[in-house]
Amino acid sequence: MLRRRLNRLFGGDERRVESRTINVGHRSGSPNEAIIPPKFCDNRIVSSKYTVWNFLPKNLFEQFRRIANFYFLIIFLVQVIVDTPTSPVTSGLPLFFVITVTAIKQGYEDWLRHKADNEVNKYPVTVLEDGRRIRKESEKIKVGDVVEVEEDETFPCDLILLQSSRDDDTCFVTTASLDGESNHKTHYTVPDTERNLESLNATIECEEPQPDLYKFVGRMHIYTNNQEPAVRSLGPENLLLKGATLKNTQKIYGVAVYSGMETKMALNYQGKSQKRSAVEKSINAFLLVYLCILVSKALVCTTLKYVWQSKPGQDEPWYNEKTQKEKDTNLYLKMFTDFLSFMVLFNFIIPVSMYVTVEMQKFLGSFFITWDKDFFDPEIKEGALVNTSDLNEELGQVEYVFTDKTGTLTQNNMEFIECCIDGFQYKYQDARSELDGFCVTDGPVNKLQQKAGREREELFLRALCLCHTVQVKESPEQAQDQVDGLTDQVDDLEVDGEVPYPSQEQRSFIASSPDEVALVKGAMRYGFTFLGLESKSMKILNRNNGVEMYELLHVLNFDPVRRRMSVIVRSKSGDTLLFCKGADSSIFPRVRQEEVERIRMHVERNATEGYRTLCVAYKCLSAEEYAQADEGLREARLALQNREEKLMAVYNQVETGMSLIGATAVEDRLQEEAAETMEALQGAGMKVWVLTGDKMETAKSTCYACRLFQRNTELLELTVRTLEDGGRRREERLHDLLNEYHKKAVQDAPPAKAGVTRSWSSANQDYGFIIDGATLSMVLNSSSESNSSRYKNLFLQICQNCTAVLCCRMAPLQKAQIVKMVKNSKGSPITLSIGDGANDVSMILEAHVGIGIKGKEGRQAVRNSDYAIPKLKHLKKLLLAHGHLYYVRIAHLVQYFFYKNLCFILPQFLYQFFCGYSQQPLYDAAYLTMYNICFTSMPILAYSLLEQHICIEVLLDNATLYREIAKNATLRWRPFLYWTLLGVFHGLLFFFGVRYLFSNPALQDNGQVFGNWSYGTIVFTVLVFTVTLKLALDTRHWTWINHFVIWGSLAFYVFFSFFWGGIIWPFLSQQRLYFVFANMLSSVSAWLVIILLILLSLLPEILLVVFRKPRGPNARQKELVQSSVGGHQSPRSSARPLLMRTFSDESNTVI
Amino acid sequence: MVKQEKEFVNRPDNTAFTQQRLPAWQPMLSAGIIIPGFVLIGLAFIGIGVALFVTSQSIQVLEVDYTGVEQSSPCFKCSDPDVKNCVCKMEFNIDSLFKGPVFFYYGLSNYFQNYRGYGVSKDPNQLSGDLDSFKVPSDSCAPYEYVGKTPIVPCGSVANSMFNDSFKLYQIVSGAKIQVTLDGKGIAWWTDYNVKYRNPSVTPLKNAFNGTVKPTFWSKPAYELDPTDPANNGFINQDFLVWMRRAALPNFRKLYRRITEGDYAKGLPAGNYSLEIAYNYPVLSFDGRKKVVLSNVSWMGGKNEFLGIAYLVIGSMCVVMSIVMLIVYAKFKFPEEE
Repeated sequence: MLRRRLNRLFGGDERRVESRTINVGHRSGSPNEAIIPPKFCDNRIVSSKYTVWNFLPKNLFEQFRRIANFYFLIIFLVQVIVDTPTSPVTSGLPLFFVITVTAIKQGYEDWLRHKADNEVNKYPVTVLEDGRRIRKESEKIKVGDVVEVEEDETFPCDLILLQSSRDDDTCFVTTASLDGESNHKTHYTVPDTERNLESLNATIECEEPQPDLYKFVGRMHIYTNNQEPAVRSLGPENLLLKGATLKNTQKIYGVAVYSGMETKMALNYQGKSQKRSAVEKSINAFLLVYLCILVSKALVCTTLKYVWQSKPGQDEPWYNEKTQKEKDTNLYLKMFTDFLSFMVLFNFIIPVSMYVTVEMQKFLGSFFITWDKDFFDPEIKEGALVNTSDLNEELGQVEYVFTDKTGTLTQNNMEFIECCIDGFQYKYQDARSELDGFCVTDGPVNKLQQKAGREREELFLRALCLCHTVQVKESPEQAQDQVDGLTDQVDDLEVDGEVPYPSQEQRSFIASSPDEVALVKGAMRYGFTFLGLESKSMKILNRNNGVEMYELLHVLNFDPVRRRMSVIVRSKSGDTLLFCKGADSSIFPRVRQEEVERIRMHVERNATEGYRTLCVAYKCLSAEEYAQADEGLREARLALQNREEKLMAVYNQVETGMSLIGATAVEDRLQEEAAETMEALQGAGMKVWVLTGDKMETAKSTCYACRLFQRNTELLELTVRTLEDGGRRREERLHDLLNEYHKKAVQDAPPAKAGVTRSWSSANQDYGFIIDGATLSMVLNSSSESNSSRYKNLFLQICQNCTAVLCCRMAPLQKAQIVKMVKNSKGSPITLSIGDGANDVSMILEAHVGIGIKGKEGRQAVRNSDYAIPKLKHLKKLLLAHGHLYYVRIAHLVQYFFYKNLCFILPQFLYQFFCGYSQQPLYDAAYLTMYNICFTSMPILAYSLLEQHICIEVLLDNATLYREIAKNATLRWRPFLYWTLLGVFHGLLFFFGVRYLFSNPALQDNGQVFGNWSYGTIVFTVLVFTVTLKLALDTRHWTWINHFVIWGSLAFYVFFSFFWGGIIWPFLSQQRLYFVFANMLSSVSAWLVIILLILLSLLPEILLVVFRKPRGPNARQKELVQSSVGGHQSPRSSARPLLMRTFSDESNTVI
Repeated sequence: MVKQEKEFVNRPDNTAFTQQRLPAWQPMLSAGIIIPGFVLIGLAFIGIGVALFVTSQSIQVLEVDYTGVEQSSPCFKCSDPDVKNCVCKMEFNIDSLFKGPVFFYYGLSNYFQNYRGYGVSKDPNQLSGDLDSFKVPSDSCAPYEYVGKTPIVPCGSVANSMFNDSFKLYQIVSGAKIQVTLDGKGIAWWTDYNVKYRNPSVTPLKNAFNGTVKPTFWSKPAYELDPTDPANNGFINQDFLVWMRRAALPNFRKLYRRITEGDYAKGLPAGNYSLEIAYNYPVLSFDGRKKVVLSNVSWMGGKNEFLGIAYLVIGSMCVVMSIVMLIVYAKFKFPEEE
């Protein structure tokens, strides 16, 4: 042991670049050394982004980094500087509004983060200072402080364990919130430290902080009264990590070595960077297109203006002489200002209001998630939580789901399900799963003695009771009256009348693995109760309430290579027995084959049901055999060299020739509806990857239970075990395996029709991929650079062709690495991470969408997530219903916004050809400003909040509908082109329709003529009505709010126009629109042209709808299939999303 | 009960709105609605189109270009910008009764009244009778703001370039010229000369213009625009107002007079007519044209073939589309109808 530590220390010495020296309790190490108090960071955790001082500049800087905001700033400045057709207020005011609202929102969010940080930082802790216990705030802990931690508290920083209240100088810790392992781990105090911490005079030398949770090297120099300092080496077993929780130990003292942002937990976090949704990227791309349109429009107009003016007589007709100033201006400067003026005139094509509307839609829309009562969990009395509203639509775009296992897929709550003794199945009455044909019995053991001999039953149960390393939790009351305290916390025992002890009292077991506890509890159900270990002998209460004592001779520990453990006990009668339990593959070769056949079927069936199976075997040791084994074991334990190999050899030698008694099935209780949820996600075309810190076997069985792996799934395994199988160099083996799997899964796989068939359909073999942390780091950090990228590629390709991927033994940062790798792979798929513990935080932050589960492992994940839900099952609705709807809504919102502004500005552009390219606005300034703010904003906002093109029930029933919008379907270039063409078509129609009407401007029956503002008003009226009615056509879900805003907007437009034109406004210098609207309405021709143009604009839309309808026998069949897949569709579902389909199906529907 | 309420204090409200379950109408555009709809719309459009077309056909229009570009034109002599106070006569002939009331328009082409710089070159305060801005016109009026240091009223390009040709129409009945009474009222928007444009409340109006000069292009000051009617002067002179309402397009016509009174109120009888033009307005420098248009109007306004034809075309397209749809759906046996 010491040697190993020294080895590690020396190894560490070589690698260590820098180290830090810490004076325990701030006392100088050796008296003759001067103390230079080293500077370490304080124990504050900072996740907030701004402070009061840097908020304004930093926030403004971040906001103007958005190209849209920057663009509006430029437009505003141009308007201020250059003589432009519109006033700077028209763009300055909205910009100011947007910036302010965003700043307030971000400021509020940051304030929440500050609050959460404070909660952690102000947490009171006890620090020993000069022998006194002082309460301090957690953030004030300095490196070197001696900190006291009590049971069930979390460690405030990384500590070296100095003293424990337990007798054996150990303490138990769960690191559930760090790496997801909820079992108890034992940590040791530094040997030989003084009991009196006040007089402890020591320094600790250790490496600088690094993120690996399982690595730590250091040494401690203990100074005692002028003697040579004693040196103790320190390893990870001495280090208590911040975030872990003290268990089953009353209190400990430890010295802080890493604090604040330097703790291993903090180093495993990644900075929370702002996430941008794919929709936002699309918006930016579209924005660039529209910027190009804008610039080219301005360029065309400027060029044509000067071409046109070069014709004689056009430049300066006598009626429109130039001012002196204009004459004096340099030609090129004039060209430039003309260009800018055109830019300003057309800048409405990219409206600020779109950003406001998008932000509003996201902000308000996210309330529907918080409000959803389906997300309300009565247990924790909370609903869903939305931390960022920026990603709502991303929920509808997820392609990869990365899920944590412990606490996310499973409840981390093991339950004994059934056992099989001598080939007879025993199922606990309450067990929920159904029985199938080859089950022999479903009664409890004691009623079916005829099935397996009573002897064998009891032997099996004794084996369960003895073969483990479980400890009984000692709590004062129970210690007094142990025999009576038989019940455990979870299970009620009323089933079995023969259990003599009432279940009022609590008994809890502690074990390094939760399934050991489950087995002990399982045995207890059948009447055998483990009472505890007393002075080397195990006490069992048997069925007849007799206490049996077994002397524990040896424990042959579990290890992942052998995958089994054994105990050797001696019974009262003097028999020496070996009980062994382990994975089927490691037990079956060591027992008699005729026994195996009886049990194998059970084991295999259980395994595919997702239970963890263990086989139990025993062997009677004769005195000689025992003596031999005993000697072997002792010898091996004392060996100084190759101790482990030697032990292994003895173990293997002892564990032979056993006879198989039975098998057990333990279920790691899945979260409610976990399997259904996973199935729905896969049905929706998402690839589910399980990333866990847990052991492979455990994780694998969970995958089976969640139906991520099916019975016929072929597993491709890439783990340390498979790498070592070949007996060659790991690298080579890795290379071979990767190639082999690639061939299998990628090259031989039939080309799947993307997004159409689910790969688990019986025709295709589907694959599951398993990799562990160590292998993954080999893949990612291969020795040679070229190999590394090649392996990575192979690995990704294999994974992409697998239905489910399981990554086990992952460190938190490795989880994030995987997410990052997938995120950056070809096609940059949208990823989602879901987890509940602090160990998931890094992947939650890394993925496009991070979901936190409000589980038991603290709030870290929730705090860092984008969305938090109480249970895994809520993910289904969150993605399939909310995500889908949000995506469709915002996609439509974006497309519609670009469309409506294109057909708004296009007539103004066209008008330049008729007004001598003089930047004459077609519409009045009021219309220009109000168009996006008042007349057309509310209907689309209401649409984007309320639209349900398919109703929620159908979305939940038909997971496949999710695929219709996959890959940003409605925001790709084709739909965008469609909308753009539609906008161009409408714009042309509006302008030229009115243009031909105005070939004779005498439009009233009194012979009077209309002027340019009448022209603009007619175009504008057609425009407002058309874009609003176009939205009305697209609306599939008319609530009263939709009715109200759509008809209300139109009414408001009419009312406003009357009002605006009906009064001489004192604040206006020009009354351009005075009675223009009223006069327009008095003209029959104007009415007729308005109606004509509106209908003409919308008729193609209606036609398109009709022609896009599925028709003909094929389409009908498809519909039938779809509806049968959907099962019970609600009657409302018959209203298929006809209009939406015209856009969402754009990419894959052929008329 | 109280306890239960407390327990669910965090529970989201179970309202139709928060749960996105508001009752909603989910319209379906099925063939059963669309085909009859198209037929109805089509028929209605065809009906309107026929009415428009027939009406438009019945409107009589007579255009006389008097720019005088061609040498043969009687106004050729006047088209020389150096010739002042030139009067020319255009003769024309009406075959059949030109039904009244007849509207007398003048038309200009290639004239950009919709130029931005031109359009903003006016002072709205002046035009609403604000005497302060008589002395200090708005900067926007440049370069027609001051002559020397005297302010121009009304200032600006638009006012300055007011159309100043005047017309007299005679019917020639057996060699004798009978003047057709032209009515200069009711040619501008009622709101313009009653509300929007105001003369300063100074009587006589002339005094308000003390210390100002008339626009450089004008031959008469604003208060003497209509010698026949003192109320039709200043900024509410209807010819001025018609001019100030800027045309939308470079080729435009504006209402000059109405023939609503006297013998010709019922229309212009067939015969020969002579149009006497006081030719002042230069257009050749920018390649423009001037014309006089006589037209009667109907309920739809002046003659406009476009609207009628558009309605007819769209209407028949709708009907054709509905027939096509009918065939398509008949072929597939109305899969949507259940």
